[in-house]
Amino acid sequence: MERFLSGHSSCPGCAVALAVRFVLRAVPDDAVVVVAPSCIGPMMGPVPLSSVTVPVFHTAFETSAAAASGLARAYRARGEQATVVCLAGDGGTFDIGLQALSGAAERNEDFVYVCFDNEAYQNTGNQKSSATPWGARTASTPGGKRTRKKELMEIIAAHRIPFAATASPAHPEDLMGKVRRAGALRGTRFLLVTCPCVPGWGIGDEASLRILRLGVESRAVPLYEIEDGTRYRITHEPAGIPVAEYLRPQARFAHLAEADIAAIQAEVDWRWEGLVERAGRRVAGGAPIGEESRA
Amino acid sequence: MTPMQAAARQRRMLLTGNHAAAYGALLAKPQVIPVYPITPQTPVLEKLLELAEAGELTGEMITVESEHSGMAACISASLAGARVFTATASQGIALMHEMLHFAAGARTPVVMVNVNRTLASPWGFWADQTDSLSQRDTGWMQFYCESGQEALDTVLQAYRVAESVLLPAMVVIEAMYISHTLEPVEVPEAALVAGFLPPFEPTLRLDPGQPRSVGGVTTPAQWRQNRLAMQEAMTLALGAVAEAGRLYGELTGRAYGATESYRTEDAEVVLVAAGGMAGTAREAVDRLRQAGIAAGLLRLRLFRPFPGAEIAEGLAGAARVAVVDRNCSVGSGGIFCQEVRAALSSLGQGAVPVLSYIAGLGGVNVPPERMMRIVTDALGRDGMSAGPIQAEEL
Ligand code: SF4
Repeated sequence: MERFLSGHSSCPGCAVALAVRFVLRAVPDDAVVVVAPSCIGPMMGPVPLSSVTVPVFHTAFETSAAAASGLARAYRARGEQATVVCLAGDGGTFDIGLQALSGAAERNEDFVYVCFDNEAYQNTGNQKSSATPWGARTASTPGGKRTRKKELMEIIAAHRIPFAATASPAHPEDLMGKVRRAGALRGTRFLLVTCPCVPGWGIGDEASLRILRLGVESRAVPLYEIEDGTRYRITHEPAGIPVAEYLRPQARFAHLAEADIAAIQAEVDWRWEGLVERAGRRVAGGAPIGEESRA
Repeated sequence: MTPMQAAARQRRMLLTGNHAAAYGALLAKPQVIPVYPITPQTPVLEKLLELAEAGELTGEMITVESEHSGMAACISASLAGARVFTATASQGIALMHEMLHFAAGARTPVVMVNVNRTLASPWGFWADQTDSLSQRDTGWMQFYCESGQEALDTVLQAYRVAESVLLPAMVVIEAMYISHTLEPVEVPEAALVAGFLPPFEPTLRLDPGQPRSVGGVTTPAQWRQNRLAMQEAMTLALGAVAEAGRLYGELTGRAYGATESYRTEDAEVVLVAAGGMAGTAREAVDRLRQAGIAAGLLRLRLFRPFPGAEIAEGLAGAARVAVVDRNCSVGSGGIFCQEVRAALSSLGQGAVPVLSYIAGLGGVNVPPERMMRIVTDALGRDGMSAGPIQAEEL
């Protein structure tokens, strides 16, 4: 069911808007949405208008997961059915909201948390977040970021929550399938959705999905899921194209030298190998990873 | 109800102020209780968890990872239509500050107990009112309690008022002097409370079946409108506090008001104090009266909304007013005194001489003798003082 209506206020070509649309299409009918300050806030519509056909609570920046905890517990206390869904950005998740998310995940609070990762604070004009990749130029890293992107999925996995997954709006069936699966489970469920930002990444407003596909096929943006923090499964086998094909169309990487691109390629390869190893390995108390474990 | 009947429906227990507050919360039947431990509030949390473990408290306890998250969870749960409770102190309330504004702006009737404790740096664990008073502009109602009994009673009244005007309320007790002191407390039976505090059922809420948003982006005019509505609700709260205090008195034999005047009718000097120190001031008034000095006490129970007119009325006949503050707005002075002076001035009683005394900062004990010295000092002055007077130096 379409729950995100046209006429909202995102930039033309915004991948977050598309991803929000896919996510809301796949959530259960009893969804109640929590939104932290991000581009998603204005997208949901200014008072008294709304761009969505679900109830929305606009909370403070650090508090998505805490507000979701309170909501989920309140509905349980009242004996009401509701699926609480957080829609937050990378700043509100990797940075300022991480404490609340970690606290809620440790308590295994009952909600679906979706982080729309456009790899910087795009709502305030493109300042770096801890999700910004090495080398990327932002308004607060004018010479290019000198530290790595935080491995949020590893942090999330360490909480051993029932379900965590990465996804992309350029792969809508995979994305919506993961949202549906998350929606049918209980406990803390987490999705990290990579979303190109038109002005922040310095790309054309028709380019988001094409570039994101290059990211996925180069393994810079791997698509996978994790059950109970231990059972990894790669959900899309990438072609393994050079990461330069993903980086070169983006203005935020335009200043990088060949050696920088080579360093990023090495990092992408190293991360991918780690993921393959985790996805292929037997884990204590768990089934072997792969299709056979999905029974 | 006769006093005898009222007494029969209450159980006398020996409780600390913290545990009395927890019993107040238990009787209010909160449905969601996010809490984080902090000295000296921790026994409130522990008692509630103990009551939950025993099955007496049926609400959802959330042992959150910080006070900031705790208040965030309170706000969302309240918007979903649940009655919520939490408790904090000192650094905890300071950490919550952002969310206190949020709770009031979102018009959530959250009730919270705050144990007045010093704020770092340096560290201290003792009574000081600056933690709650520095939240005065957040849009929360604030009640200052003199005893554990009053804390229990006020928690129940605070819910009634908060839910009728849709603003959050803070019930304040002082660290150690009240939070950790055992005293006999009358605990009303559940049926008695049920008549006073019906279940919370807001007409507008975050309902999974209704696509209604809360807290989206507004225009300047809409934001202004929201603030004006809050100000109006605070005005209504003055009446609601009076009504709740009177009705509670009818049910339990213990009535309350926004202020309490003690021997003020013919008083030459009126002490003004809030919280546990008011009890000490009352004792000092009695002793001074025995010595032939016409002293009185005006106790401030409600700080937000500020009962200015009631205070002006209570102080109208006084030759000297001595406001005793266990707090200091650095660079200015006692906060209660500023507020009393402003209220008198705006009501045309600017001529009543109001002296500012700071006493017991950081938990320093304030015995009745110090209160008596404040009164004699005030009598010896012409009613003026350039800055706040340090009671410990008298
Ligand atoms: S700034 Fe970026 S993320 Fe925000 S609405 Fe525009 S394109 Fe979307």
